[in-house]
Amino acid sequence: MKPAETNRVSADEQAAQRFLEAERAERGGVATAAQSGHNDWAPLPRRSRPKQPSALLTIRKPIPRRTKLTLNILSFAVPLLVWILLSATEAVDPKMLPSPLAALSAGWDLAQSGKLFTDWWATVGRILYGFGLAVVVSVPIGMAMGTFAAGRAFFEPIMSLLRYLPPSALIPLMMIWLGVDEVLKIGVLFIGTVFYNTFMTADVVRSVPPQLVNVSYTLGARRNEVLRKVIVPHSLPGMIDAVRVNMAAAWNLVVVAEVIASTTGLGRGIVQAQRFNSVDEIFAMLFVIGVSGVLIDVALRLLRDRVGRWAA
Amino acid sequence: MSSGLLEIEGVSKRFAVRGGTINALDGIDLTVSRGDFVCVCGASGSGKSTLLSLVAGLDSPSDGRITVDGNAVVGPGPDRGLVPQAGSLYPWRTVERNVAFGLELLPVDSAERARRVDWYLAETGLTALRKSLPRQLSGGQQQRVAIARALACEPEVLLLDEPFGALDVQTKEDMQVLIRQVWRDTGTTVLMVTHDVEEAVFLGSRVVVMESGPGRVASDITVELPADRDLAIKRTPEFLALRATIEDLVRAQHRKVS
Ligand SMILES: Nc1ncnc2c1ncn2[C@@H]1O[C@H](COP(=O)(O)OP(=O)(O)OP(=O)(O)O)[C@@H](O)[C@H]1O
Ligand SMILES: [Mg+2]
Repeated sequence: MKPAETNRVSADEQAAQRFLEAERAERGGVATAAQSGHNDWAPLPRRSRPKQPSALLTIRKPIPRRTKLTLNILSFAVPLLVWILLSATEAVDPKMLPSPLAALSAGWDLAQSGKLFTDWWATVGRILYGFGLAVVVSVPIGMAMGTFAAGRAFFEPIMSLLRYLPPSALIPLMMIWLGVDEVLKIGVLFIGTVFYNTFMTADVVRSVPPQLVNVSYTLGARRNEVLRKVIVPHSLPGMIDAVRVNMAAAWNLVVVAEVIASTTGLGRGIVQAQRFNSVDEIFAMLFVIGVSGVLIDVALRLLRDRVGRWAA
Repeated sequence: MSSGLLEIEGVSKRFAVRGGTINALDGIDLTVSRGDFVCVCGASGSGKSTLLSLVAGLDSPSDGRITVDGNAVVGPGPDRGLVPQAGSLYPWRTVERNVAFGLELLPVDSAERARRVDWYLAETGLTALRKSLPRQLSGGQQQRVAIARALACEPEVLLLDEPFGALDVQTKEDMQVLIRQVWRDTGTTVLMVTHDVEEAVFLGSRVVVMESGPGRVASDITVELPADRDLAIKRTPEFLALRATIEDLVRAQHRKVS
């Protein structure tokens, strides 16, 4: 108690007395026995101050905008430079490694013939159908798993088993069931992404703080309103993140499926180019795959940042 | 009216835990009249939060019954607004839309809703922050939003669980003055849990001290201080004496368990 207050308390001597006594008793309650020996310790050795690390390599420290931009550009420029050097010096056989110009002109020819766009669109279409279907199925199931104990108890056991079946191992079976048409590619994409997206959605939904749900009920929300107005908006950014991660998996899978069985698509294009030893075309198509993936990811990230501005 | 607005009769709560049961509450009887401001004090683990969540309807008692205005509590509802200790705002909603949450669920037209939201924002001093997101607010401001949001539903009872427990001393005192002002302006009934005896005496028209292990009501003290209170009252002999008395009671309970 502060001294100023103690003075006033004297007006009610009894209460103050009791208060102080209690306080004293309290301290006695947790006191430990006196110890000696602290005095004759040698002082702890001190280490010399570490020298200031470079601003670029300080742990978790943001770097200036310009430095960041430069590094971003270098991230592409360095591999490109290595590529140019390797092909210009012919250190690697041009049949194995085309020059960047050769790859560019092969890509240009492919684009001119319309083949590139046809293949690209075939691949993108499959992703839209296969992965789109996976999202449509996995989001409600994931929400059920994350919201209702019953949903979790029912879906989780079987799904955690199915999740471990590698889609590439399922392709032969799916060829028997679905043939080698579009349905196969869509099926592979679906199987390969639906389980992961379900589990990731369920995790996101489960991370809605229980307190937020409870307080919503005391504000008069009914169960469906808690779902619509609390659980969905809270989970939306995380769900988009899950889609981003699994979209990358979808791009990997669709190309695998096309390599195995297809007459169109970028994966197919790569296999055909390999038959004619057109390394330059393979490079052009790989580049298109990479850029498409990045663009989709950037778009999804922008969407996520917009939807999840509140979480920033 | 014969009896209280909120009646807690013989309420017990047992939790099954590994290797037995915990008697969190054992035969609680408590009546809160309309317009009362009841503060519940008690040692940590004496079942204060448990009691509040039973009244809120978020959990159900093992024995006994709770009624609000004669209706048995069977689940959570807007007649019992809850303000938790911290972190209960909708982070994606602005201040005003947080306050509007409960009203959006009711058949109230938007002009009427806006009028009420404006009033509660003004009452809690949040008008200038109405477009802010919760993460842009200080802890005290966030708690004001939570209070305004609960009050906007016009609850029969406002339930506060250590609402200022996470705040620094100055902010806490500002909030105490504010909640008392709001209580007087709205005439609402308040049941508030706090471990801060000074706060309980300053705010409450009654202070209930809980006994722990199992949780029971140890004493129920009427605060005979003027209704017009400002922070200066905390230094008056009457206040200090009452505070000391209640602190003794809480401490006696605490010592019993530790
Ligand atoms: N869900 C639960 N499961 C098991 N035991 C619980 C549960 N909730 C509370 N308890 C037990 O009930 C007792 C009372 O807990 P409660 O949280 O109500 O105490 P409190 O008075 O609010 O304490 P504090 O001041 O620390 O918040 C404690 O012994 C606690 O361990
Ligand atoms: Mg508590």
